Formats: sequence, C-alpha cells, structure tokens
Amino acid sequence: MTTPNTSPSVELDDTTRAELERAGVIVSKVDFLYNWARGGSVWPLTFGLACCAIEMIASATSRFDISRFGSEVFRPSPRQADLMIVSGTVTKKMAPQVVRIYNQMPEPKWVIAMGACAISGGPFKQGYNVLKGIDRYIPVDVYLPGCPPRPEAVLQSLNYLQEKIRTQDIKSDPAFTEGRRQYPIPEFTGTDLEPPYNPDVWQPPANPNAPAEEEAEEATA
Amino acid sequence: MTAAAPNYELIQQDGLETSLLEVSMGPHHPSTHGVFRMDVKLDGETVVDLKPVFGYLHRNHEKLAESMSYLASMPFTDRLDYFNSMTNNWAYALAAEQLIEIEIPERAEYLRVIMSELTRLVNHVSLVGFFVNDLGALGTPLLYAFREREKILDLFEQASGARMMCNYFRFGGLRCDVPEGWLERTREVVDRFPKFLDEYEKLLCENEIILSRTQGVGNLSKELAISAGITGPMLRASGVNYDIRKVDRYGIYDRFKFRVPFSEGDVGDCYDRFMVRMLEMRESIEILKQALDGIEDGPIMGNAGKVFKPAKAESYGRVEAPKGELGFYLVADGTTQPYRFRVRPPSFINLTVLRDMCIGQQVADAVIILGSIDIVLGEVDR
Repeated sequence: MTTPNTSPSVELDDTTRAELERAGVIVSKVDFLYNWARGGSVWPLTFGLACCAIEMIASATSRFDISRFGSEVFRPSPRQADLMIVSGTVTKKMAPQVVRIYNQMPEPKWVIAMGACAISGGPFKQGYNVLKGIDRYIPVDVYLPGCPPRPEAVLQSLNYLQEKIRTQDIKSDPAFTEGRRQYPIPEFTGTDLEPPYNPDVWQPPANPNAPAEEEAEEATA
Repeated sequence: MTAAAPNYELIQQDGLETSLLEVSMGPHHPSTHGVFRMDVKLDGETVVDLKPVFGYLHRNHEKLAESMSYLASMPFTDRLDYFNSMTNNWAYALAAEQLIEIEIPERAEYLRVIMSELTRLVNHVSLVGFFVNDLGALGTPLLYAFREREKILDLFEQASGARMMCNYFRFGGLRCDVPEGWLERTREVVDRFPKFLDEYEKLLCENEIILSRTQGVGNLSKELAISAGITGPMLRASGVNYDIRKVDRYGIYDRFKFRVPFSEGDVGDCYDRFMVRMLEMRESIEILKQALDGIEDGPIMGNAGKVFKPAKAESYGRVEAPKGELGFYLVADGTTQPYRFRVRPPSFINLTVLRDMCIGQQVADAVIILGSIDIVLGEVDR
C-alpha cells in the first residue's frame, strides 16, 4: 500500500483547506470515511466455544463494556456479523461448523483467534481431538493469546483490529474486490479432519532442524 | 420442504395430514450454553422427541491426564467446568490425597472452604443470569450477575493470580497463601452480597413472566431424579435432601452450621431449580462468614512432594460442586502417572434426563429446561 489510509487528509494546500472548512466543507477520503465507520461498529458473532467465551461475555458486561468501542451488538446470526471471535478450543468435530459459519458471514469479515486453543491447540495440543489452530482453515486477523485472555485483552485485540481496518484500501482489498470469501469445509471422518489443513490459507512451517537437501541426498545414498 | 423428505413422517391429526418437523438446534446456537446440539422433533410447537448430541468440545482430558504426572493434571481440571475451577481442584486433590495419605494444615482447609463457597456464589449467580437471559430478559439480570461475579473474581485473582483458571489447590494444601488484607476484602464482599441478593430476588423471584414461564415446566420426578443419578441443586429441587457436604463432610464441613435448601413438593420444575440456587447462595454466605471467623494463621501446605509414586490403589474423591457431585476416580499403578483417570461430571449426568423433561413441552421451553440444568460443555464432553 502506497499511502496508509489512517490519515483523513488529502493533498490540499492549507489556504484552500481553511477556505473550505470556513464554508462548512470537509474534504476527506472515501477510504477513511468507510474504514472509520466500519472500525467503529464491528459487530461480533455470538459464538462461544469454550472457556474463553465466558471472558468474551465478561468483556461485554458493565465493567469492561465493549460498547465503548462500538462492538456491543453481538449478533447470533452469522449473516449479520462482521467479526468472528473464535473463543476457545476448536475440536475436530466442531471445526467444520466453524468454517461453515465463517463462510456464511458477509464481507467485510474479520476473525480474532481468542485464546491459546484457537491459536494453536493450547494445553490440549497433545491430544487426539483438538484442532491445532483455527488458522489452518480460515484466515485469522488478530491472534489473542492467553488461557483465557482477560477481558481487557479482548478489548485490546479489538483495538488492533480497528487499526487494521483503518489501513484497508477499498480499491485493492480482496474483501471488497473478490466478493464473499468462502473456504472449503473440511470433513470430519470420525477420527480426523480431511484435509488436515487448507493449503491456500496455511502452510506447515519449515522444519529448522531438517537436514539440508545435499545432506539428505548423501544420507540416502 | 416436501413431506417426502427423509426426516419427515406423515401423521394424522384431527383429520388433517401434518408432518413432524425436525430441527437441529446447535451446535452454534445462542441458547445452548456452548457447543451443544439438540435434535428436536416438533409437532407444531410441541416437542415430540429430543436427542442431545454432544462431543463438540471433547478435549480428551482423561487421556491427557494418563500421560502426565499427578500434579500436572491439576491445571487441566480447571478447564473442565470453567466456571468453578476451585471446586474442580478440590475434588481432584481429594482423590489424589487418598492415594498418598497426607495431613492438610488447618488454614488450608479453611481457605479451601472459603474458595469453594465463593465459587458456588460465582456459579449460581451467573447461572441465574444466563437462565433469565434464556427466558428473554436480555441484559439486565445477567449484567447484575456479572457485576457481582467480577468482585469475587478479583479475590481469586489476588489469591491465585488468575481470574478463571485458578490452579490454586495442591495435594496437601494450597499453592500459596492469600495476600495480606485478602480476608478483610473477602469479608467486605461477603457482607455486601446479601444486599445484592435481596435486590436480585426482588427483581426476579416474583416476576410474573418468570413465574408463568418456569412453573410447571420441565418437571422432574423424585423417582426419576434418583434413578438417573442426578445430583446437586437439580436433585434437591426434585425434593431429595442430599448434599455431599452433609453426607461426606469432606474437608472441615462438619464444623459449619448451614441448611440445605430443597424443594418440599414433588414437582421439580424449572422454578424449583431456580429457587434452590437462589437459596443456596444465602447458605454459602453463612458458611463463608463462619469460615472467615474461624480461620487462623498457620502453614498452608503439608509436606507433599511434587512428584510421587503412590502404591497400587484406587481412589475416588468427590465434592459437592455447584452443579452436583463432581468425582475423580484414580487408579494408581505404582508409577508417577495414573493408570486410569476418570471424571464423574455432574453436568453430563444431569443432562441425561433432558429428553424426559422436554417431551410434551413447547420448543421455547426446551431452551429454558436446558438452562435450568446448568451444564457447562467443558465438563459434559471433557
């Protein structure tokens, strides 16, 4: 991106701007206006998976009050939601439903992976039934670590998301140019998920301990 | 929707041909308290059949616990019933302490009681909030409940460092002593709590809508409750005077004077279950006051090693968790890890009567009945 959209200013000299403002005209970018409005009214999905959901609810109650940031409108229907807070452990049985709900959300949509489980499987990573990170199937915008994260951390992750929204460029952002993003829904076979990850979204990290190619060839030879 | 679709069967009713409607409620549904699915068969608005489907939060607690040392499972017990980490800790500690036979210091016993009664307040107050939320009172009661919950979570945080996942109990005592001034702050919270309860009862208990929506809804007979193994407030709402704090007198519960509220009638409807919890909170406050009066300075940890090898034995430790009897069954095989680790979750066993309670009720009432059972999916699926 050449010019960040975080500033409302357009290229005007000061005298012109002052004249316009005296006349009651504010010159701004469409991007800025759109992103300001979108960032200020991110509607999350009422979507609780596990322990983190309680802290997500707590962030909406009077002490923390997520409505200060414009996100108090929790919508039960994915059709009306902008933000999916994946709050808790995603098991292999639940992962297809999570992807399905994500697919049903209209653009623009964002995802916060809340808690260690949603990011990587967390304390249950060693187990046989927990997905090792929801980012294997859907793109995640903000990772919010903690087990569970405090409600303040939920608010901070929302602030980070708003910062990200403010840099969106309507002309080039895929959320606006390519229509509703939908990802293939994995199939739960009873023991595992098929496919194990979506290669368009996530690639397994390179193994830093793997022998270099030449060494591997020597070892096989 | 055609009548020929596989899930619909034609039934005759008053000379008209109608069909049963099968609705899948969940796993993403705002009223299912997590990831739980109810396959409901409806005749109009009436529930004809209901099939609970769970397993969406199966996190293989038991298998994980069998591959780690006894103490390493303690933080995992927090995440079973994530509202009540303290009572979960206690049940597990009781089970393991039977294996290694260890003396628990007096102060630790008192603090255990204080922590678990505070937990009961947290659980019941949030449950009532969610329950009324299910009835359609979006907001106010739940916000009041969470306001009080935050005060108690602050105490947990000061003592253990974490709001929800406290991981505070150890075999033979507690992880650390409470900080200076903690007991005074607790007393302040406890003393103020009845005032909140008065307000809450005034708001809810005689509310016309709550009365008409909950009375006579989801009846659970005494016989069924006993034979299905229901425990906790749900059993007491069906008219059985059974509380493990009184039956087992684990810890130092024999030192406290408190009453066990239970329903005198034989109805066991949603209102009874709601009221039993409201009354239980008052009794918890009584226990807390006595415990805060009785607690003295002293050590908080017996001499238990972090890793130990119990002899081959079995043990079962159970507590009266806010949701019912929570038990941990351990089989030791002489190594540092349990051979078998089994949780007896109250939510799961209380859930088994859901179908019996829901049949013949309206579909909107099925939501309330589920809410009144008080399930937490972390514990149901484990």
